[in-house]
Amino acid sequence: MTDVFTTLQWSDLIFLLEGAWKTIQISVVSILLGTLLGMVFGWLMSLNNKLITFAVMAVLDVFRSVPLLIQLILFDSFVAIAGFPLPAFWSGTIVLIIYTASLVAVVVHSGIDAVPPGLRAAARCLGMSYWQEMRHVTTPVGLRTAFPSWLGVALATIKDSALVSAIGYVELLRASQILNTRTQESVKIMLLVGLIYFIISYPLSRLGARYEQRQKS
Amino acid sequence: MIVLENLHKSFGPLEVLKGINLTVDKGEVVSLIGASGSGKSTLLYCINALETIDGGKVTVDGVDVHAKGTDINKLRQKLGTVFQQWNSFPHLTALENVALAPRVVSKFSRKDAQEIAAKQLTHVGLGDKLNHYPSQLSGGQQQRLAIARALAMEPTYMLFDEATSALDPELVGEVLDIMRMLASEGMTMIVVTHEMSFARDVSDRVAFFKKGVLAEIGAPEDVMNNPQDPDLQRFLSTIG
Ligand SMILES: Nc1ncnc2c1ncn2[C@@H]1O[C@H](COP(=O)(O)OP(=O)(O)O)[C@@H](O)[C@H]1O
Ligand SMILES: [Mg+2]
Repeated sequence: MTDVFTTLQWSDLIFLLEGAWKTIQISVVSILLGTLLGMVFGWLMSLNNKLITFAVMAVLDVFRSVPLLIQLILFDSFVAIAGFPLPAFWSGTIVLIIYTASLVAVVVHSGIDAVPPGLRAAARCLGMSYWQEMRHVTTPVGLRTAFPSWLGVALATIKDSALVSAIGYVELLRASQILNTRTQESVKIMLLVGLIYFIISYPLSRLGARYEQRQKS
Repeated sequence: MIVLENLHKSFGPLEVLKGINLTVDKGEVVSLIGASGSGKSTLLYCINALETIDGGKVTVDGVDVHAKGTDINKLRQKLGTVFQQWNSFPHLTALENVALAPRVVSKFSRKDAQEIAAKQLTHVGLGDKLNHYPSQLSGGQQQRLAIARALAMEPTYMLFDEATSALDPELVGEVLDIMRMLASEGMTMIVVTHEMSFARDVSDRVAFFKKGVLAEIGAPEDVMNNPQDPDLQRFLSTIG
């Protein structure tokens, strides 16, 4: 009787790395576009217009509080039923972008809020326009508060990208599960996968460490 | 020349300025005194358009501050403003704090802007602190930094809103000295202050505010030594 399980092979590593590359693609696109979109929402909330703030908050609250897994499945099914089936990469990434944006919006809003109003008024009194003040005062001062929280959101997005596997996309986690089933060498594989996630996140962690260093000096 | 005509301002149901008339000529120093909450700060903010107005008119060198087409950013370059809080930009050195607006607003090159900044910082006695961050400066030094920052835009007028009220007592003098120096150089100034000796010695005119009304105005010796308004008499006896 032949064994149904096969041992790990070099080709399996390639398979994992292909999954890792897809995780990187989903993460980078989601973090970039999610951050841009989140900045717009966060800025809208900082305008102190009750109606706008209420509307934005209401929408973002939905995305923040419904589990990402459910959002992914609902969105993927919805576009299929509506007759615009998307490749799994895109339906997954779109949901992740919006989810990330809803978290970044809060970060950006509190970053802007943390800038003392007197500082902004002083800049305006020197003749700066709204956008000049935004660029040269609110952004750099607000970043001190917002950057560490943003980093947390970005790192979470990388990990959350694993959930896109639920709609059938073979990224890093899904690739490892496939190998687990075939080889039953789950401990080895999980160690390897953990290491790969760590390596993917490493540049962001370094960025955070460097930022902290600069704040101290 | 700054002209306020029948200026009205309310916050909701609260009428804070009840028809103020005041003309400040070039070279004049006018001090505004009065109890807290009487509308002094609001008056300054109606001049530099940090607040909107509900009636009347404010003109600066003939330009209607609150008219629709007015380029407020351009107008504010004429109006240096110094607040109670010094509001230093925490991420910039003293030199960069002062050079920012000349560079960004007046479009000077970085080098020229820094030259302007160094000159103004030296003028207020901070020539040896150019590369210090605000966190490394005392309150008095930061307030002088704020004055240098305003002066770097070469304003025609300076508005001071209780510039020394947030300072430790031992730091008040160094800031008042700079304000005296500006006055002696001929700067036109509107100064909200609780420093009665400054109002008496430096002002051309002193204006007493009472619940949104300009109750008494005149030469310091008249207003402060021979006050007519009973509330002003009481105010001066409690504060002086
Ligand atoms: N933004 C605002 N909203 C509502 N009320 C305000 C606002 N700013 C000032 N006030 C009120 O207007 C009155 C005058 O304030 P202010 O001009 O700051 O007085 P002063 O500078 O003479 O102490 C006070 O009663 C104050 O509470
Ligand atoms: Mg005040």
